[in-house]
Amino acid sequence: MMCTTASFAAGFVFGLGLLVAGMANPAKVLAFLDLAGAWDPSLALVMAGAIAVGAGAFAFVKDRTRTLLGAPVLLPSPRRIDTRLILGSLVFGVGWGLAGICPGPALVLAGTGSAKGLAFLAAMIAGNGVFEFLEKKKRVAPGPAPMRSS
Amino acid sequence: MSIAWNAFTPASALIGGAIIGAAAALFAVLNGRIAGVSGILGGLARPQAGDLSWRIAFVAGLVAAPLVWAFLAALPEIRVDSSYPALVAAGLLVGIGTRYGGGCTSGHGVCGVSRASPRSIAATVAFMAAGFATVFVARHLIAP
Repeated sequence: MMCTTASFAAGFVFGLGLLVAGMANPAKVLAFLDLAGAWDPSLALVMAGAIAVGAGAFAFVKDRTRTLLGAPVLLPSPRRIDTRLILGSLVFGVGWGLAGICPGPALVLAGTGSAKGLAFLAAMIAGNGVFEFLEKKKRVAPGPAPMRSS
Repeated sequence: MSIAWNAFTPASALIGGAIIGAAAALFAVLNGRIAGVSGILGGLARPQAGDLSWRIAFVAGLVAAPLVWAFLAALPEIRVDSSYPALVAAGLLVGIGTRYGGGCTSGHGVCGVSRASPRSIAATVAFMAAGFATVFVARHLIAP
Protein backbone atom coordinates (compact mmCIF):
# COMPACT_ATOMS: atom_id res chain seq x y z
CA MET A 1 0.00 0.00 0.00
CA MET A 2 2.82 2.37 0.95
CA CYS A 3 4.63 1.45 -2.25
CA THR A 4 1.53 2.06 -4.36
CA THR A 5 1.10 5.50 -2.77
CA ALA A 6 4.79 6.30 -3.33
CA SER A 7 4.41 5.17 -6.94
CA PHE A 8 1.47 7.51 -7.47
CA ALA A 9 3.42 10.37 -5.87
CA ALA A 10 6.46 9.71 -8.08
CA GLY A 11 4.29 9.68 -11.23
CA PHE A 12 2.51 12.84 -10.10
CA VAL A 13 5.75 14.73 -9.35
CA PHE A 14 7.19 13.49 -12.65
CA GLY A 15 4.16 14.92 -14.48
CA LEU A 16 4.48 18.26 -12.68
CA GLY A 17 8.16 18.40 -13.63
CA LEU A 18 7.34 17.79 -17.29
CA LEU A 19 4.76 20.61 -17.22
CA VAL A 20 7.11 23.06 -15.45
CA ALA A 21 9.94 22.21 -17.85
CA GLY A 22 7.72 22.77 -20.89
CA MET A 23 8.37 19.19 -21.99
CA ALA A 24 4.67 18.35 -22.19
CA ASN A 25 4.60 20.82 -25.09
CA PRO A 26 5.52 18.89 -28.28
CA ALA A 27 6.28 22.13 -30.15
CA LYS A 28 9.04 22.92 -27.61
CA VAL A 29 10.52 19.41 -27.83
CA LEU A 30 10.58 19.66 -31.64
CA ALA A 31 12.26 23.07 -31.37
CA PHE A 32 15.09 21.30 -29.46
CA LEU A 33 15.35 18.55 -32.09
CA ASP A 34 15.50 21.15 -34.90
CA LEU A 35 19.22 21.88 -34.85
CA ALA A 36 19.14 23.53 -38.27
CA GLY A 37 16.21 25.81 -37.43
CA ALA A 38 15.54 28.26 -34.59
CA TRP A 39 17.08 26.01 -31.93
CA ASP A 40 15.63 25.96 -28.40
CA PRO A 41 18.27 24.32 -26.12
CA SER A 42 15.85 24.02 -23.13
CA LEU A 43 15.58 20.20 -23.28
CA ALA A 44 19.31 19.85 -22.67
CA LEU A 45 18.95 21.80 -19.42
CA VAL A 46 15.94 19.67 -18.42
CA MET A 47 18.12 16.58 -18.80
CA ALA A 48 20.99 18.23 -16.92
CA GLY A 49 18.72 19.24 -14.02
CA ALA A 50 17.11 15.79 -13.82
CA ILE A 51 20.42 13.91 -13.99
CA ALA A 52 22.03 16.16 -11.35
CA VAL A 53 19.27 15.31 -8.87
CA GLY A 54 18.81 11.69 -9.97
CA ALA A 55 22.50 10.76 -9.79
CA GLY A 56 22.61 11.28 -6.00
CA ALA A 57 19.59 9.06 -5.41
CA PHE A 58 20.91 6.25 -7.60
CA ALA A 59 24.27 6.39 -5.86
CA PHE A 60 22.39 6.05 -2.56
CA VAL A 61 20.39 2.93 -3.58
CA LYS A 62 23.25 1.35 -5.54
CA ASP A 63 24.58 -0.89 -2.76
CA ARG A 64 21.31 -1.40 -0.92
CA THR A 65 19.10 -4.47 -1.27
CA ARG A 66 16.03 -2.86 0.35
CA THR A 67 14.52 0.59 -0.16
CA LEU A 68 13.53 2.99 2.65
CA LEU A 69 10.07 1.39 2.50
CA GLY A 70 11.58 -2.11 2.72
CA ALA A 71 10.82 -2.98 -0.89
CA PRO A 72 13.48 -4.92 -2.83
CA VAL A 73 15.80 -2.82 -4.99
CA LEU A 74 15.15 -3.98 -8.56
CA LEU A 75 17.42 -1.88 -10.73
CA PRO A 76 18.36 -3.40 -14.10
CA SER A 77 21.88 -4.80 -14.36
CA PRO A 78 22.39 -5.75 -18.04
CA ARG A 79 25.24 -3.80 -19.61
CA ARG A 80 25.28 -5.36 -23.05
CA ILE A 81 24.90 -2.97 -25.98
CA ASP A 82 23.29 -5.00 -28.76
CA THR A 83 21.48 -4.50 -32.06
CA ARG A 84 18.10 -4.80 -30.38
CA LEU A 85 18.88 -1.89 -28.04
CA ILE A 86 20.25 0.36 -30.78
CA LEU A 87 17.66 -0.44 -33.47
CA GLY A 88 14.80 -0.09 -30.98
CA SER A 89 16.15 3.26 -29.79
CA LEU A 90 16.57 4.48 -33.39
CA VAL A 91 12.95 3.54 -34.18
CA PHE A 92 11.84 5.34 -31.02
CA GLY A 93 13.87 8.40 -32.03
CA VAL A 94 12.21 8.55 -35.46
CA GLY A 95 8.76 8.49 -33.81
CA TRP A 96 9.89 11.09 -31.26
CA GLY A 97 11.14 13.34 -34.06
CA LEU A 98 7.88 12.97 -36.02
CA ALA A 99 5.63 14.31 -33.25
CA GLY A 100 7.82 15.58 -30.40
CA ILE A 101 6.10 13.24 -27.94
CA CYS A 102 7.66 10.45 -25.85
CA PRO A 103 5.86 8.14 -23.37
CA GLY A 104 5.85 10.39 -20.26
CA PRO A 105 4.56 13.49 -22.02
CA ALA A 106 2.05 11.29 -23.91
CA LEU A 107 0.36 10.45 -20.59
CA VAL A 108 0.48 14.08 -19.41
CA LEU A 109 -1.01 15.23 -22.74
CA ALA A 110 -3.77 12.65 -22.36
CA GLY A 111 -4.46 14.10 -18.90
CA THR A 112 -4.99 17.54 -20.42
CA GLY A 113 -7.76 16.01 -22.53
CA SER A 114 -5.95 16.81 -25.79
CA ALA A 115 -7.57 14.81 -28.60
CA LYS A 116 -4.26 14.70 -30.48
CA GLY A 117 -2.50 13.53 -27.31
CA LEU A 118 -5.05 10.75 -26.91
CA ALA A 119 -4.60 9.71 -30.56
CA PHE A 120 -0.83 9.46 -30.02
CA LEU A 121 -1.31 7.50 -26.77
CA ALA A 122 -3.73 5.05 -28.44
CA ALA A 123 -1.20 4.46 -31.26
CA MET A 124 1.62 4.05 -28.74
CA ILE A 125 -0.38 1.41 -26.83
CA ALA A 126 -1.11 -0.30 -30.17
CA GLY A 127 2.65 -0.27 -30.84
CA ASN A 128 3.13 -1.97 -27.49
CA GLY A 129 0.59 -4.56 -28.62
CA VAL A 130 2.56 -5.15 -31.84
CA PHE A 131 5.72 -5.72 -29.77
CA GLU A 132 3.95 -8.14 -27.42
CA PHE A 133 2.44 -10.02 -30.40
CA LEU A 134 5.80 -10.41 -32.16
CA GLU A 135 7.54 -11.47 -28.94
CA LYS A 136 4.82 -14.02 -28.16
CA LYS A 137 5.02 -15.47 -31.66
CA LYS A 138 8.78 -15.86 -31.20
CA ARG A 139 8.27 -17.68 -27.89
CA VAL A 140 5.50 -20.00 -29.12
CA ALA A 141 7.14 -20.94 -32.43
CA PRO A 142 10.83 -21.62 -31.77
CA GLY A 143 11.26 -23.77 -34.90
CA PRO A 144 9.43 -25.08 -37.97
CA ALA A 145 6.09 -26.80 -37.41
CA PRO A 146 6.28 -30.62 -37.18
CA MET A 147 5.51 -32.47 -40.42
CA ARG A 148 2.32 -34.46 -40.60
CA SER A 149 2.11 -37.90 -42.17
CA SER A 150 -0.88 -38.54 -44.39
CA MET B 1 22.55 26.77 -36.03
CA SER B 2 20.88 29.79 -34.45
CA ILE B 3 19.66 29.80 -30.87
CA ALA B 4 16.07 30.96 -30.44
CA TRP B 5 16.73 33.16 -27.40
CA ASN B 6 13.09 34.22 -27.21
CA ALA B 7 11.96 30.58 -26.89
CA PHE B 8 14.82 29.41 -24.63
CA THR B 9 13.60 29.01 -21.02
CA PRO B 10 16.71 28.09 -18.99
CA ALA B 11 15.23 28.66 -15.51
CA SER B 12 12.01 26.68 -15.92
CA ALA B 13 13.95 23.99 -17.83
CA LEU B 14 16.44 23.53 -14.97
CA ILE B 15 13.75 23.67 -12.25
CA GLY B 16 11.41 21.36 -14.16
CA GLY B 17 14.33 19.02 -14.81
CA ALA B 18 15.22 18.99 -11.12
CA ILE B 19 11.58 18.12 -10.28
CA ILE B 20 11.71 15.24 -12.81
CA GLY B 21 14.97 14.12 -11.19
CA ALA B 22 13.33 14.33 -7.76
CA ALA B 23 10.49 12.09 -8.99
CA ALA B 24 13.00 9.53 -10.30
CA ALA B 25 14.92 9.80 -7.01
CA LEU B 26 11.76 9.29 -4.93
CA PHE B 27 10.88 6.24 -7.00
CA ALA B 28 14.37 4.73 -6.69
CA VAL B 29 14.70 5.36 -2.95
CA LEU B 30 11.16 4.24 -2.00
CA ASN B 31 10.16 1.70 -4.67
CA GLY B 32 13.60 0.53 -5.76
CA ARG B 33 12.76 0.81 -9.42
CA ILE B 34 13.61 2.81 -12.51
CA ALA B 35 11.05 5.52 -13.33
CA GLY B 36 10.91 4.49 -16.99
CA VAL B 37 7.52 5.31 -18.40
CA SER B 38 7.62 2.99 -21.45
CA GLY B 39 8.58 0.00 -19.29
CA ILE B 40 6.03 0.76 -16.58
CA LEU B 41 3.29 1.09 -19.20
CA GLY B 42 4.56 -1.93 -21.16
CA GLY B 43 4.42 -4.15 -18.05
CA LEU B 44 0.66 -3.62 -17.97
CA ALA B 45 0.46 -5.68 -21.17
CA ARG B 46 1.75 -8.74 -19.28
CA PRO B 47 -0.31 -8.65 -16.10
CA GLN B 48 1.26 -10.55 -13.21
CA ALA B 49 -0.12 -10.82 -9.66
CA GLY B 50 1.34 -8.16 -7.36
CA ASP B 51 2.91 -6.31 -10.25
CA LEU B 52 -0.05 -4.24 -11.37
CA SER B 53 -0.99 -1.75 -8.66
CA TRP B 54 2.30 0.19 -8.57
CA ARG B 55 2.31 0.44 -12.38
CA ILE B 56 -1.27 1.71 -12.50
CA ALA B 57 -0.51 4.15 -9.65
CA PHE B 58 2.51 5.63 -11.46
CA VAL B 59 0.58 6.05 -14.72
CA ALA B 60 -2.38 7.55 -12.80
CA GLY B 61 0.00 10.03 -11.15
CA LEU B 62 1.29 11.20 -14.54
CA VAL B 63 -2.24 11.63 -15.89
CA ALA B 64 -3.42 13.34 -12.67
CA ALA B 65 -0.66 16.00 -12.74
CA PRO B 66 -2.24 18.14 -15.49
CA LEU B 67 -5.73 17.58 -14.03
CA VAL B 68 -4.72 18.97 -10.63
CA TRP B 69 -2.66 21.72 -12.29
CA ALA B 70 -5.62 22.83 -14.44
CA PHE B 71 -7.82 22.88 -11.34
CA LEU B 72 -5.51 25.36 -9.60
CA ALA B 73 -4.01 27.41 -12.45
CA ALA B 74 -3.94 27.76 -16.22
CA LEU B 75 -1.93 25.01 -17.94
CA PRO B 76 1.30 26.12 -19.67
CA GLU B 77 1.29 26.38 -23.46
CA ILE B 78 0.86 23.02 -25.19
CA ARG B 79 0.93 22.99 -28.98
CA VAL B 80 0.57 19.86 -31.12
CA ASP B 81 1.12 20.83 -34.76
CA SER B 82 1.41 17.30 -36.17
CA SER B 83 -1.45 15.89 -38.24
CA TYR B 84 -3.40 12.86 -37.02
CA PRO B 85 -1.75 10.47 -39.51
CA ALA B 86 1.68 11.70 -38.36
CA LEU B 87 0.68 11.30 -34.69
CA VAL B 88 -0.54 7.74 -35.27
CA ALA B 89 2.64 6.80 -37.15
CA ALA B 90 4.76 8.45 -34.44
CA GLY B 91 2.84 6.70 -31.64
CA LEU B 92 3.30 3.29 -33.28
CA LEU B 93 7.05 3.86 -33.76
CA VAL B 94 7.46 5.10 -30.18
CA GLY B 95 5.43 2.16 -28.82
CA ILE B 96 7.42 -0.47 -30.74
CA GLY B 97 10.84 1.20 -30.53
CA THR B 98 10.83 1.85 -26.78
CA ARG B 99 9.96 -1.76 -26.06
CA TYR B 100 12.72 -3.20 -28.27
CA GLY B 101 15.11 -0.56 -26.97
CA GLY B 102 14.06 -1.32 -23.40
CA GLY B 103 13.42 2.30 -22.44
CA CYS B 104 12.71 5.86 -23.43
CA THR B 105 13.65 9.40 -22.47
CA SER B 106 12.84 8.73 -18.81
CA GLY B 107 14.23 5.22 -18.27
CA HIS B 108 17.36 5.52 -20.43
CA GLY B 109 17.71 9.31 -20.76
CA VAL B 110 17.13 10.39 -17.15
CA CYS B 111 17.53 7.29 -14.93
CA GLY B 112 20.06 5.33 -16.98
CA VAL B 113 22.33 8.31 -17.63
CA SER B 114 22.05 9.23 -13.91
CA ARG B 115 23.41 5.75 -13.14
CA ALA B 116 26.09 6.11 -15.82
CA SER B 117 24.80 2.91 -17.47
CA PRO B 118 26.69 2.36 -20.76
CA ARG B 119 23.60 0.68 -22.21
CA SER B 120 21.42 3.70 -21.46
CA ILE B 121 24.01 6.18 -22.69
CA ALA B 122 24.19 4.26 -26.00
CA ALA B 123 20.38 4.18 -26.25
CA THR B 124 20.13 7.92 -25.47
CA VAL B 125 22.70 8.80 -28.14
CA ALA B 126 20.78 6.62 -30.63
CA PHE B 127 17.31 8.06 -30.02
CA MET B 128 18.61 11.64 -29.85
CA ALA B 129 20.49 11.19 -33.16
CA ALA B 130 17.40 9.66 -34.79
CA GLY B 131 15.25 12.50 -33.42
CA PHE B 132 17.61 15.19 -34.78
CA ALA B 133 17.79 13.42 -38.17
CA THR B 134 14.01 12.97 -38.42
CA VAL B 135 13.27 16.64 -37.68
CA PHE B 136 15.96 17.69 -40.16
CA VAL B 137 14.44 15.54 -42.91
CA ALA B 138 10.85 16.57 -42.09
CA ARG B 139 11.49 20.31 -41.74
CA HIS B 140 14.38 21.06 -44.05
CA LEU B 141 14.31 18.41 -46.79
CA ILE B 142 10.64 17.43 -47.25
CA ALA B 143 8.91 20.69 -46.26
CA PRO B 144 11.52 23.47 -46.18
